[in-house]
Amino acid sequence: MDTSTPTRWITLAGLLPVVVSGSLFVWFAQMIPVIAAGDTLRFVWAWVPSLGVNVSFYIDGLSLTFALLITGIGALVMLYSARYLAGHVHQARFSLFLTSFMLAMIGVVIADNLLALFVFWELTTITSYLLIGFSHDTLKARRSALQALMVTGTGGLALLAGIILIGTTAGTFEMSEINAMPGVLTESVMYLPILLLVLSGAFTKSAQMPFHFWLPNAMAAPTPVSAYLHSATMVKAGIYLMARTHPSLSGTDVWLWTLTIAGAVTMVFASVMALRQTDLKLALAYTTLMALGALTLLLANDSGYTITAAATFLIVHSLYKAALFLVVGILDAQTGTREANKLFGMARAMPITAAAAAIAALSMAGFPPFLGFIGKELKYAGAIAVASEPIFVAGAVLIASALMVAIAGIVSFRPFWSKSGDPIAGVKEAPWPMLVGPVVLAVLGAFFGVFPDVLATTLVNPTVASILGDAQPAKELKLWAGVNLPLFLSIATFVLGFAIYAYKLPLRAALIDITTRAPSFDNGWDSLMAGVANGSKWLTRTIQTGVLKQYMFVTFGTAFVVLAVTLVMRTTGVPSIAWPALEIWDWLVFFLVLSGAALTAVTNSRITAIAGLGVVGIGMAMIFIFYSAPDVAITQLLVETLVVVLFAAAALKLPALAPEPFKGRIFDAILALGLGVVTTVILLKVTKGPIDRELTTFFENASWTEAFGQNIVNVILVDFRALDTFGEIAVVLIAGISIFALLKSKPEEDKP
Amino acid sequence: MNSIILVAGARLQVVLLLVFSAYMMLRGHNAPGGGFIGGLIAATGFVVYAIACGTSDARKALRFDPANIAGVGLGIALLAGVIAVFWGDALFTGQWLFIGATEDSKGIPLSTVLVFDIGVYLVVLGAILSITFALEEAV
Repeated sequence: MDTSTPTRWITLAGLLPVVVSGSLFVWFAQMIPVIAAGDTLRFVWAWVPSLGVNVSFYIDGLSLTFALLITGIGALVMLYSARYLAGHVHQARFSLFLTSFMLAMIGVVIADNLLALFVFWELTTITSYLLIGFSHDTLKARRSALQALMVTGTGGLALLAGIILIGTTAGTFEMSEINAMPGVLTESVMYLPILLLVLSGAFTKSAQMPFHFWLPNAMAAPTPVSAYLHSATMVKAGIYLMARTHPSLSGTDVWLWTLTIAGAVTMVFASVMALRQTDLKLALAYTTLMALGALTLLLANDSGYTITAAATFLIVHSLYKAALFLVVGILDAQTGTREANKLFGMARAMPITAAAAAIAALSMAGFPPFLGFIGKELKYAGAIAVASEPIFVAGAVLIASALMVAIAGIVSFRPFWSKSGDPIAGVKEAPWPMLVGPVVLAVLGAFFGVFPDVLATTLVNPTVASILGDAQPAKELKLWAGVNLPLFLSIATFVLGFAIYAYKLPLRAALIDITTRAPSFDNGWDSLMAGVANGSKWLTRTIQTGVLKQYMFVTFGTAFVVLAVTLVMRTTGVPSIAWPALEIWDWLVFFLVLSGAALTAVTNSRITAIAGLGVVGIGMAMIFIFYSAPDVAITQLLVETLVVVLFAAAALKLPALAPEPFKGRIFDAILALGLGVVTTVILLKVTKGPIDRELTTFFENASWTEAFGQNIVNVILVDFRALDTFGEIAVVLIAGISIFALLKSKPEEDKP
Repeated sequence: MNSIILVAGARLQVVLLLVFSAYMMLRGHNAPGGGFIGGLIAATGFVVYAIACGTSDARKALRFDPANIAGVGLGIALLAGVIAVFWGDALFTGQWLFIGATEDSKGIPLSTVLVFDIGVYLVVLGAILSITFALEEAV
């Protein structure tokens, strides 16, 4: 994407999303005073009243913080994309996907009804799939999109199961009501399944170990998408879910340890992996993983420090990470590369980008007076206050934060200020629509660092209040908290971080060496997918043999087993058979049918078999005639005739039957006899009971008076139940067309 | 099949069967018969003709593609059902017109029910023939 040549970028497709998200941002922003005062807003519409499903929206501090991040960063990212993708052949499609994603994401964070939340949740998965696979002509994009869809989609299904369990346990799907009932879930016997299912949804969405591997691959998406979905918003949906369910699911050992371990492992693993990357965008992707791990780790607890730290870090991270992603996008667009080894000293050519990158990176590294510093201090304070293992948690935070310092240097110091290599010549500053985003986001990080109270009173404290139920435990956000343990840990972080930065090249080489030897999750994913495909193939081959005889055997066998078992379990005694006085023609038909069936069973010729079956059918038709059902008899006769004719035509092509007639057919004969006997017994039993003649009487009376017809069968077909008949003839037509298509289509050549 | 007797017989038979099928369909409301049976009889006629003279001749004699006949039949049946709505009745309610009705006789009864049955007739005829012709051509 070359932005150096002037392109018409003021287009409807580019700017409409900016207007939409900007307006929504203003709409949410005007709610700040209400929410900051401690109130909440709720909107309810009946959706499926019979099931008690409402579309209800609930806005409290947590929802509002997320909604403002989504719409605010959304507006900036969309302005950026309007220029970044200007003139792209699919720009309108991109805008549609991105806007749809934004609306779905807003739905996730403000839905109160869990089922509505699930629907929005899945919509973000689908839009994310479309956005990752936006460059659908590359194999990598398609694979990454599918991988993200499979991982998060599977988690989504687990979440749905968890939501249904929550609904049946708590008696309501409204999250605000569930959170108002302390212990309703934690003291339930279903608590463990609920927790595991909900966390499966959250961990896959927020890419916690061992579901993390899709997120770095998702960087196949255009850079604005990575900035927006895969760092600032969508991947935080899992974090949102954990925060939202925190009041009703947290406080147990399972919650504490699951989140602590998953969070800590993800955090440390991701920051080490980030150091290994030479692609700046991938390095940022791994630091996003680190941030998600840190947030999970913090949400494991319920002390004021940890939750305040989580709320603050959530905002800090979204600001600096979106800014840095956009900066990398600018570097990529202006220089044509995002390899750390090729970019040096670009600050002279791109001063504004360099400044934005520097401010955002200082916030990321946690230097004062930026918001990142406050976030980091709070993280340390929170780590010391955790209920699990303060030393273990604080140690993990220390390692991750030190690596953050080093990576902040790699991502934004080295490409702009380092003199280790020559700057790429002829590079110009990015156009202003692309600069607005990073500059505004970076400056906000600095502004909130200097005036933390603004953020604390408007967003952080209400968020803490929605997680902990009360704003009292929220800790004050301040730059200078005195000489205390977090400060010493901060100093240790910087020292360690600088050391890592100084030795980054040998460290990276060592890491690349280790990671290429270690088994990779990504390869594991491929083997898993291949395994699923092979398993499906095997299953299909096993149960779909393509041999009609086997299908018929299974179908009739199943019918036999089901009928026989029901018969034995539900009834007692052998039905007494009262032989009625049979006339001579009854006996004739009886033997006709019997001999037809016998002939079919023993013959070796297909034509003879089908003729034998025709005899059986004609015998049946005669029985219908004896019992005065001429319409049925006529139909039966005609159908029998046609079947014989049709089959005779087909039989010319079929090979002769296998020469050994009886050996292979013994099981068929047993099955046929068994099914026949069972059906006969059931019929005998059924006809023993009184016959309800209500319908018969109705049709006898109404047929002439209401429908002016004396042939009841036909009157029922074309008048009383005309809709059924219409459905049936539609089926006849569809069957006709399908068989026609099957016969006319050329058999597909076997593909290699 | 090259049999002069069969060809000559089939030519005669297809006419008789077609007339008979129309008769069976029309009498269906008061006596055994109806659109389904009528359609089957007509189809039998053409199937016999196709066996005797070949499917290409049978297709020519039919003039229309059997699948189209079936589709038109389904459309006619649907129309006959939908018309009831214009009289304010539920879908598929029969609408009757008695031409020349007197105290004693109902005159000539015309109805949407008959139109519906004609639709059934055409669907059955068309569907069976598209299967048969395709099958015979495939063999």
